[in-house]
Amino acid sequence: MSTATATRAKAPVSNRIGLGLEPYRGLKTTLCAGCGHNSISERIVECFFEMGIDPTQVIKLSGIGCSSKSPAYFLSMSHGFNSVHGRMPAVATGAMLANKQLLALGVSGDGDTASIGLGQFVHMMRRNVPIVYIIEDNGCYGLTKGQFSATANLGSTAKSGIANDLPPIDTCGLAVQLGATFVARSFSGDKKQLQSILKAALAHRGTAVLDVVSPCVTFNDHVGSTKSYKYVRENKVPLQSIGFVPHFEEIHLQEDFAPGTVHEVEMHDGSMLRLEKLEEDYDPTSRLTALDRIELATEQGQILTGVLYVSTDQPSFTEILNLDDVPLAQLGQDRLRPPKSALDTVMEELA
Amino acid sequence: MQAVNASPSREPVTVPEIEVVNDFSIHVATVNGSGSQSSNLVLLRALFEMGIPVSGKNLFPSNIAGLPTWYTIRASKFGFTGRKKEVDFLVAMNPQTAHEDVQSLEPGRAVVYDEPLGLDALRNDLSFYPVPFDPITAAVCPQPKLRKLVRNMVYDGVLAALLDIEMEEIRKGIEKQFATKPKAAELNWNAARAGFDWASENLAKRDPYRLERMDGNKGKIIVEGNAAAALGAVFGGVSVITWYPITPSSSLAEAAQGYLNRFRIDESTGKATFAVVQAEDELASIGMAIGAGWAGARAMTTTAGPGVSLMSEFVGLAHFAEIPVVLIDVQRMGPSTGLPTRTSQGDFLSAATLSHGDTFHPMLIPATPEECFEFGAKAFDVAERLQTPVFVMLDLDLGMNYWTADKFDYPDWDIDRGKVLSEEDIERLQGDWGRYRDVDGDGIAYRTTPGNRHPQAAYFARGTGHDEDANYSEREGDWIRNMDRIQKKMAGARKWLPEPVIEDGPKARVALVAAGTSHEAVREARSQLRLEYGFETAYCRVRGWPFSHATEKFIAEHDHVYVVDQNRDGQLRTLLRRQFPAIHDHLRSVCYYGGMPLDARTITDAIVEREEL
Repeated sequence: MSTATATRAKAPVSNRIGLGLEPYRGLKTTLCAGCGHNSISERIVECFFEMGIDPTQVIKLSGIGCSSKSPAYFLSMSHGFNSVHGRMPAVATGAMLANKQLLALGVSGDGDTASIGLGQFVHMMRRNVPIVYIIEDNGCYGLTKGQFSATANLGSTAKSGIANDLPPIDTCGLAVQLGATFVARSFSGDKKQLQSILKAALAHRGTAVLDVVSPCVTFNDHVGSTKSYKYVRENKVPLQSIGFVPHFEEIHLQEDFAPGTVHEVEMHDGSMLRLEKLEEDYDPTSRLTALDRIELATEQGQILTGVLYVSTDQPSFTEILNLDDVPLAQLGQDRLRPPKSALDTVMEELA
Repeated sequence: MQAVNASPSREPVTVPEIEVVNDFSIHVATVNGSGSQSSNLVLLRALFEMGIPVSGKNLFPSNIAGLPTWYTIRASKFGFTGRKKEVDFLVAMNPQTAHEDVQSLEPGRAVVYDEPLGLDALRNDLSFYPVPFDPITAAVCPQPKLRKLVRNMVYDGVLAALLDIEMEEIRKGIEKQFATKPKAAELNWNAARAGFDWASENLAKRDPYRLERMDGNKGKIIVEGNAAAALGAVFGGVSVITWYPITPSSSLAEAAQGYLNRFRIDESTGKATFAVVQAEDELASIGMAIGAGWAGARAMTTTAGPGVSLMSEFVGLAHFAEIPVVLIDVQRMGPSTGLPTRTSQGDFLSAATLSHGDTFHPMLIPATPEECFEFGAKAFDVAERLQTPVFVMLDLDLGMNYWTADKFDYPDWDIDRGKVLSEEDIERLQGDWGRYRDVDGDGIAYRTTPGNRHPQAAYFARGTGHDEDANYSEREGDWIRNMDRIQKKMAGARKWLPEPVIEDGPKARVALVAAGTSHEAVREARSQLRLEYGFETAYCRVRGWPFSHATEKFIAEHDHVYVVDQNRDGQLRTLLRRQFPAIHDHLRSVCYYGGMPLDARTITDAIVEREEL
């Protein structure tokens, strides 16, 4: 793949934990040439490498569908789990309960997320499960040959010419409303923006939902589709120009921004997310603003991209549960089995 | 039912010549939500403290308040605590069911009833004790609002007077029941005493039933199976419980949460060594448990039949990706919503091979609270040893009713985490390992868990076809090899499951096979067959599936083997036939599927008829 080769040429030999790029790669993709999902896989490889994340401490999970195949194509040193259709959020939640020190990356599609798995998606966000949840959103079911998904826009046409007669579910709108603490939309073809957003999401602790419009070159890239490369390029409206400075790099004040034009967010790990406003009134820490703007974008046929919402002061699910410092999976018998005196006490009470 | 439909043809009741001591059933008919559960538990506890072997079974509707409910207490000096089919002593508090309750009694039985119901006009072959509950209650409970709640405690006092229950034990039972509410305790005690005083002064004993102190409960406890299984899980080292509320399993998860809060919060940090999550549905609860099992927790979910149905796809994934997880199924009557508050053994077949394709899930089947505790703990070892979903099959009767049991033994075995490779193990193997390689020849492969820091530790878990090294594969040979290895693993599963309990004798040509709560009824039925018909039987109680060689041998050695099932289609028998096709013609069925806890007489009658005794 040409972009992968380009990345390889540019990348430094090793990152801050001494690993080269190779451990961050996966198997050769089996998706169609030009599939947006492949670009996302490349961004994942780059970002995990550049952030210097230990891949052995990452879990990559997916459901069923084209998007869900992709975890095989990156992070070969990470444990992976290709689960059942739409129910990766539950598996990821359970895995994070077992070992809260892991970094969970969920890759899902719009069928997985907005249809069969909508219930799980919603409750994962409501719990603020610590996970980076990427929706590779192409508006159709690629693996079963192009049926509309629930994120297809009203009036968008299928390859056969049939128009979709139902309104879309806006996964980002849902995410903002239901408790996700980092919500962004991007485009698989916008390398720079997607990189910055993904890195910020990796620095976040809580549910980070990234809806990445990722065209299906085989079934949904024609005239009349609102998820085609052409349509997305022409209709995407970035909210911000996004800069991300990881915690292990020094923050340089590059230029003087006019007051009120930049929104800076300090992430959980100390990294800095710098959002240079392209829309003056947009406040990404306000749910109300986000929901309002998302509705407006839908009305106007815009694909709104950027960091739609971010909140860094909500407890994640593993924090709410007040889990032991040692991951539950690593507790020994001495901590798992209460002493005999405890059983004796209960037996006395029941006698 | 018209009151004039009395039964003049029946023999009028006479003063009994023979006393029936510590061997009868008390059946209390009340309205759901009227506080009768407290009165019934106090009664149960009083009998227990008097040393009388006793059980209490709640026959309740799917309702919070207003519908009829019955509570049946069985006292048995012989230690038979299964449900007794016949009601001996009826307490009729519910106008909706009183007539039918009275008409269904055998002659010679006794009835305490609320005086305005006028039940004594219905029949003349019963001992009737009319009690003016309202005036008695009003005299001791000045606040009208509370009368409804303490009215039922009056019958405890009345029964104490009529049946010689020790009032001191009633008092202690009330104190225990209302331990955190001293005012309520006092009010209830006054009500019980008023009932006792009124009955002592106004009722002349005319029935044969009496209770007296004995020594049958030394070292015993009273416990529900759900609480016992929850305790088992806690002492088995459970670390993640994910569940969705469903009768009759909810109280199991709630009990576990209670015990975990007490015993598994680190004293120095205040942090939990467990996670309990009420999920959004059963699809999520099993998914979370599987995710946790994959990542190395000792994970479980609790559910009932409808939840098991919903979990089907995920359980197939866990079977095929070989992920340990424990499912406790507290069975209720299906199909569909069925009878949600009635008991059944209707999930044996669906649990055993849940999901599509060739699947197979070991089951542990406890019959007593002691076994709920033991299997509730051991199930995690079996699941992690076999790296597969394991079912623990309770039922509503065992899970939600109170049973007397021996005190539970503290586990004398170490927790078994199965074949898990550490960083050092992978290093020693120089990274040469494969997730699904049959290294030991037992079909059980080695696994790693996420977070293992060795660069070659990771593997990709998947429900799709895979080769020995967990790579995606659609190759015919890879698929068949993998399926055959899993079959080999399951063939060895019996080694890790509890052996059957067999009682045999040289004279027994006919045998019974049963599992779970059929046990109490079978025990008593065998006694009935021996005492009433001089007919000896052998008995094999299976406690795990796949069944052991001992079960096969037992069946082969007996000509007629009656398999007792609490379902219509003989599901336990079907599993036996499936595993032992060569001897399937030995097997006969006794099936009960009415939703009540199984009683001995139903089994006895079936065998008497089939064996022409």
